[in-house]
Amino acid sequence: MGVEGIGARVARKEDKRFITGGGRYVDDMVVPGMKHAAFVRSPHAHAEIKKIDVKAAKKMPGVIDVLVGKELKTDGIGNLICGWMVHSKDGSPMNMGAWSPLAVDRVRYVGDAVAIVVAETKGQARDAAEAVEVTYKEKKAVTDAVSALKKGAPQLHPEAPGNLIYDWEIGEAEATDKAIAAAAHVTTLQIVNNRLVPNAMEPRAALGHYDKAEDHYTCWTTSQNPHVARLVMSAFYNVAPENKLRVIAPDVGGGFGSKIFIYPEEIVCLWASKRTGVPVKWVADRTESFLTDAHGRDHVTEVKLAFDANNKMTAMKVDTIANFGAYMSLFSSSVPTYLYATLLSGQYNIPAIHCNVRAVYTNTAPVDAYRGAGRPEATYVVERVVETAARELGISPAELRRRNFITEFPHQTPVIMNYDAGDYAASLDAAMKAADYAGFETRREQARKAGKLRGIGMSCYIEACGIAPSAAVGSLGAGVGLWESAEVRVNGVGTIEVLTGSHSHGQGHETTFSQLVSDRFGVPLDSVSIVHGDTDKVQMGMGTYGSRSGAVGMSAIVKALDKVEAKAKKIAAHLMEADEGDIVIENGELKVAGTDKTVPWFQMALAAYTAHNLPEGMEPGLKEGAFYDPANFTFPAGCYICEVEVDPETGDTEIVQFVAADDFGNIINPMIVEGQVHGGIAQGVGQALLEGCHYDDNGQLITASYMDYCMPRADDLPSFQVSTSNTPCPSNPLGIKGCGEAGAIGSPPAVINAITDAIGNNDLTMPATAQKVWSILNAAKH
Amino acid sequence: MSEVSMSVNGREVSATVEGRTLLVHFLREHLGLTGTHVGCDTSQCGACVVHVDGKAVKSCSMLAAQAAGSRITTIEGLADGNDLHPVQAAFKEHHGLQCGFCTPGMIMAATDMIERHGPGNLDEATVRAELEGNICRCTGYHNIVKAILAASNTMAKGKGKAKKAA
Repeated sequence: MGVEGIGARVARKEDKRFITGGGRYVDDMVVPGMKHAAFVRSPHAHAEIKKIDVKAAKKMPGVIDVLVGKELKTDGIGNLICGWMVHSKDGSPMNMGAWSPLAVDRVRYVGDAVAIVVAETKGQARDAAEAVEVTYKEKKAVTDAVSALKKGAPQLHPEAPGNLIYDWEIGEAEATDKAIAAAAHVTTLQIVNNRLVPNAMEPRAALGHYDKAEDHYTCWTTSQNPHVARLVMSAFYNVAPENKLRVIAPDVGGGFGSKIFIYPEEIVCLWASKRTGVPVKWVADRTESFLTDAHGRDHVTEVKLAFDANNKMTAMKVDTIANFGAYMSLFSSSVPTYLYATLLSGQYNIPAIHCNVRAVYTNTAPVDAYRGAGRPEATYVVERVVETAARELGISPAELRRRNFITEFPHQTPVIMNYDAGDYAASLDAAMKAADYAGFETRREQARKAGKLRGIGMSCYIEACGIAPSAAVGSLGAGVGLWESAEVRVNGVGTIEVLTGSHSHGQGHETTFSQLVSDRFGVPLDSVSIVHGDTDKVQMGMGTYGSRSGAVGMSAIVKALDKVEAKAKKIAAHLMEADEGDIVIENGELKVAGTDKTVPWFQMALAAYTAHNLPEGMEPGLKEGAFYDPANFTFPAGCYICEVEVDPETGDTEIVQFVAADDFGNIINPMIVEGQVHGGIAQGVGQALLEGCHYDDNGQLITASYMDYCMPRADDLPSFQVSTSNTPCPSNPLGIKGCGEAGAIGSPPAVINAITDAIGNNDLTMPATAQKVWSILNAAKH
Repeated sequence: MSEVSMSVNGREVSATVEGRTLLVHFLREHLGLTGTHVGCDTSQCGACVVHVDGKAVKSCSMLAAQAAGSRITTIEGLADGNDLHPVQAAFKEHHGLQCGFCTPGMIMAATDMIERHGPGNLDEATVRAELEGNICRCTGYHNIVKAILAASNTMAKGKGKAKKAA
């Protein structure tokens, strides 16, 4: 490892612009002639649109036009779709209702877009949006998924009778039932995974620009995957053919999944730009983000975990109802199926697993992937029921886990996944040591004397990242392949540009990807530039989500670097009249091994472009591309331990210690990896203690601002103790597993296991607010 | 419409704006100083913090007209030429930022925090309590707290040239 290469704790290249105010986000973009948009949104959760009167609004100061759904349909703009086909257990395809970018005759959630106003200023657009008169006929709404499945519930889509999108299963029902019937002990738990709002700090935004002279569209958008946005808008939404649509995702202020999906607003802004003849910019305010960003989680589950007389797990049975909101968002169908039920084996050897999932429409915002996407829900089910079982069986939670760990690899679970490498006991040991687990009872006693209830909880999570190979996900219904692309361009002076289909919105790709190149060729980090986020620069890519940029994106770069290296060595060998097999690259030089002959990197690059003296038949230039399709998922895993103190007088929980011991395989930049874990844990602790998205019975979102939805603040969190162990991933060239989601996946059950341990009551739902905890403690008193 | 004049990052500026124009929109849209961000609509997130006459203020919570005659420092005016302010340098060194969206507000709040308490006089609990008005979704605050404490100590030792707040 060099000072800037793989494994080095290098400060980030991209920071300079962010700490000096030089970041360039969509809302910072200005295009000549640009005007501003505001959307008219439904104030009702469920209603028929009887009439839309835009006359008064069109006469308002500064208004350029007001456009509605019928006009959008006339122009042939398509409905939004879910891109992952899931079949019900009876073989029927999922029941997808129509989602028009602007509602035409019916609205299905508060915030559903009805019209767009384009005006000279943002203020004028908003004023005019309020003057659009929409006549609604209200209908009854249903917001929770369990109620939506009941007979007589309000019906959302004619395509989905009973509001049921699919009734899906995985695993062997009969074998599972038999094992449960024969078990020495069965632990049963009802689990609610609370609904969350992702809340990237940068609100979503879109700037659509139609160039009439060129018949060409440009869209600046807050996207985690601009190429997928272009593909979907072209192939399905009929906005423009791909060659006439450029999508740019510049600096993006966080995503956490919510900026994967293609939303109505970017489609409508592009279309409105053509209609009005002016570039149209829309920026969500925070309330709009709460109302219309895809939400996360929202599962209701029953789980049964069976044990034999030796406390070995014999079977797990899971029944889950997943709330999808009013429309099926782009990847929604995959979240509670292939990203959830396939991880229910956790870190454990469980011979039989069966899971049934029903996906349900309700009059709420669409629900889709949010940091972890299905895997936090699975981990919460597994790690809550395992901890509960340990308490019921009177065995230490650590020992019960250890006794059931998978220890031999590869390991085929009963739910598709084939775990390739791991050492779960190593993470457990590391976490227990760091947390001084052995000394906990002494600390509990000290806390008791001080009038506090102290508890400890653990969580041993596993996740699957780098979703692939493409053929496998295709067979499971994915509408896209999940490979990644890279192109490495060596310039004539030896500087290097790497074009990647990954997209950085906080992950630090400009630094880690450069480290990879620096490590390979011994060139300074500063001579490497990473290009991403623009469909005119990078040919194609699948973007960043599912902790895939390291395992998949960087593997594509490695493939391209291999090709560049091979050609560079040929050129150097030719220049030095040596055998290409004898060339080594070190410290920015190409050397003939065992001699003092060298060619500086830049001289080799210049030779590639002058082409005066190249090996016979070699094309000039030094630029290579690669596509990388992984051979398997990657399986990061780890152990988190949370220690809390509850004040019985107030019900307030303080996290006094949080330990994370992760196995991410090989690591490029430990500083950045630790940062990812910190942020993930904060979101997981947020879910466990503070965050909860609530609709009232009429479908009004009552947590639609930072005054009502409790975001974790600095004083809600401790400093975290993080460490890593390493079993390299065998399926990709760098041995990387991925680290972006682990914190959010592993932490919620650790927190809840700790609080339930502290208060001696297992009947606690997230978020564990002070009021909830206090009520439990005081109900127990009487 | 009203005419407003103020000093922004040491430069005298004036413009005619709608009466309802917030200071943050004046900075971003009239002056093109887009380093100051808008992350919410209830003055909770702190992405828009600037210094008004030397004090940290959420620039979404005052009208441009109210700032008339004031001295404003934004994130663009914090460094001394190419020399980063110690707080900026510490955020980079300690990985106190990821997506960068909350960062300008965090840095402006942190410089004010350090000056109010006096360099070297901060501890972790104080920093965490003081950050109540600034929300970050990426970092879990761990490295932000570390960066602010480090900057506070650096400034106490007189290392780095701390530019006086305008």
